[in-house]
Amino acid sequence: MSDHDKIYSTKFQDKIERSTVLMFVVTAIAVAIGGIVEIVPLFYLPNTAVTGGDGTYNGTAHKDKDGNVISMDKIVWNPATSAHKTLDEWQAGDGVRTWTLLELAGRNVYIREGCYLCHSQMIRPFRDEKDRYGHYSIAEESMYDHTYQWGSKRTGPDLARVGGKYSDEWHIRHLSYPRQVVPESVMPNYFWLANGKVNVEETVQTMKVLTIMPFNPIPKTIYTDAYIDGAAAQLEGKTEMEALVAYLQGMGNHIKFEEGVNYRD
Amino acid sequence: MPDNRGCFSAFIVNLLEEETTVEATQATPVKYDMEVVRWFTIAAAIYAVVGTLIGVYIASELAWPFLNFDLEYITFGRLRPLHTNAVIFAFGGCVLMATGFYMVQRTGSTKLWSNGLAWFTFWGWNLIIVSAVVTLPLGLTTGKEYAELEWPIDIAIAVVWLSFGLNHLMTVAIRKTSHIYVSNWFTMGMIVMITYLHVVNSLAIPVSMTNSFSVFTGVQDAMVQWWWGHNAVGFYLTGGFLGIMYYFVPKQAQRPVFSYRLSVLHFWALTFGYVWLGAHHLQYTALPDWTGSLGAAVSLAMIIPSWGGAMNGMMTLSGAWDKLRTDYILRFLVVALAFYAMSTFEGPVMSIKSVNALSHYTDWTVGHVHSGALGWMAMVAYGAMYHMIKKLWGVEKMYSESLVNVHFWLATIGTVVYVVAMWVSGIMQGLMWRDYDEYGTLTYTFVESVSAMHPYYAMRAVGGLIFHVGTLIALYNIVMTVSRAGATRSAGSVPAKA
Repeated sequence: MSDHDKIYSTKFQDKIERSTVLMFVVTAIAVAIGGIVEIVPLFYLPNTAVTGGDGTYNGTAHKDKDGNVISMDKIVWNPATSAHKTLDEWQAGDGVRTWTLLELAGRNVYIREGCYLCHSQMIRPFRDEKDRYGHYSIAEESMYDHTYQWGSKRTGPDLARVGGKYSDEWHIRHLSYPRQVVPESVMPNYFWLANGKVNVEETVQTMKVLTIMPFNPIPKTIYTDAYIDGAAAQLEGKTEMEALVAYLQGMGNHIKFEEGVNYRD
Repeated sequence: MPDNRGCFSAFIVNLLEEETTVEATQATPVKYDMEVVRWFTIAAAIYAVVGTLIGVYIASELAWPFLNFDLEYITFGRLRPLHTNAVIFAFGGCVLMATGFYMVQRTGSTKLWSNGLAWFTFWGWNLIIVSAVVTLPLGLTTGKEYAELEWPIDIAIAVVWLSFGLNHLMTVAIRKTSHIYVSNWFTMGMIVMITYLHVVNSLAIPVSMTNSFSVFTGVQDAMVQWWWGHNAVGFYLTGGFLGIMYYFVPKQAQRPVFSYRLSVLHFWALTFGYVWLGAHHLQYTALPDWTGSLGAAVSLAMIIPSWGGAMNGMMTLSGAWDKLRTDYILRFLVVALAFYAMSTFEGPVMSIKSVNALSHYTDWTVGHVHSGALGWMAMVAYGAMYHMIKKLWGVEKMYSESLVNVHFWLATIGTVVYVVAMWVSGIMQGLMWRDYDEYGTLTYTFVESVSAMHPYYAMRAVGGLIFHVGTLIALYNIVMTVSRAGATRSAGSVPAKA
């Protein structure tokens, strides 16, 4: 027996090593399994905030202190059951909503400038994070965030609940020249955002695309044709600074969290 | 020779002697397609300089924010994706393609399946890199970490990547040897997995030619993103470079791989297991708890094959340790293995929930990535590049062997300075954020943690700069070696044993 015919491992391993096709196929199967096990269930298990956009969820059920199921309409804004029927009427506490058109334009700026590289939008259920940032984030709060913005690094603070914490004026001053407001800050100056006008066409197109997404599309009852048609007029002349501030101010105050309720399982 | 070296004992000994035997035993010697490998190698040396320079610059911006110069194109937020893309896909990619094409030919005693397709891969990949350099500073980004390039470029990446994959697979298929060598398993695993990852993670609906949005949201997008993010590390920066290790360590040490069986275990355990790790980036987030726990459990299990592989590489030197005194290239490879072992221990530790609660969102993660990227990936890459350059241009020595040594020390010291700075700053951040005073209120405001980071951010920039100077010296040394070889080599004739 020549050295090349001798089997040093198992017959199967030896067979694989001699066959390009077998090596390719077995490898292709081996690398697929972990991802399937971890990703696929997140599309049907409860509390992963997947909806067909018709007000139904796969068993998402948060319970109050007495064990009664909290209606999803209290967590995710549903124009059909809410007293507030349109995005303009929506008020903080009505439940998770998608972005208004100005906020959406601001979100495009947020992504363009790579804010997610230094700011997270995901508060963890720890005492210090509650004291510093507020209630821990829940899955529903980013269910409309196509291209999620949770981030992975806090060179700056978390922004998941920054909405309403500071005035618009503070945000504009801080974004423009961060060190005038916070001397130790290492954030770049963004005063030039006040010179840029929002990209109206892109924002309108973004709204249209978000309503046709295969997963968690924005319901057409929220981004109605009328709302999209009126967008251009409302966005005309708005600066990128105004849009970004609107986005920041719209973050984190959607749900009225109740004491003693476990919003994560 | 111990039996555990298995079929590689015969195999690698063949490899070691191939330069002399191939020509002696075959009527027509194998003429490898090495010109494309040369170009990839030079490109890699250039991109290493560029990628680390951008890294040093953005590190300095965090220490001295005036360096943003109020220019939107060079703010941290715009340049950071360019840094990661440049080092991972430009430098790392060119190294993987250079070595991939080099190893698959030499371990199979065959030319490339298609030399023309390899050139398509070369120009395509470089065009993608150029488009990244143009689009990222303009703010054209998907907003997905490590996958920032917009959809038209994503499509180009898929096409060029598959051209590399097809060529590699077909060259394996037409090999003249009986078994597929272990390096090619790792390369193949990388090619398959990166294809899956890139395609799924890049699923998006375009808004315009330069903007698009992920089809996923929140929880699902996060899981897909970190399935991509961690496996780009696991299969591209680890698997692909382990393939390099399994070829170049034995070649440089002139010893067969320590254990064939260990390499079988190493490969299959990593190939099956690494895929599960991404979830550990999402501990304590809005994902269901089991996902992060599962990711952490498999992460811990991965210590065993990772250390097995590191041992396998290290022990390949048994009986040849004295070479480390004189062989600078071997030093790169061995220190890379040490960093590999260190990082693959650190990573699982950081995935444990209680540790992750402290380390997540801090600079510790950044330090961990760089101990892997600088200490392991770049070191093993340079070891392989120096080795290849001598063979590719048919020279006995580099232009300056002592500059190789200088580069080695700059790379090692730079990495250590960088990593230590990030350990200290990361752990300090984590501790400051969670600290309470005697009245039960948070001791530190956020910005106090930012100003406490300043000395470490400065130190990190210095560490990065030291490493960067090393890459400059390497480029100089490589250019001088190549131009000298070019002067002596008659134009157009490629030595058969190149």
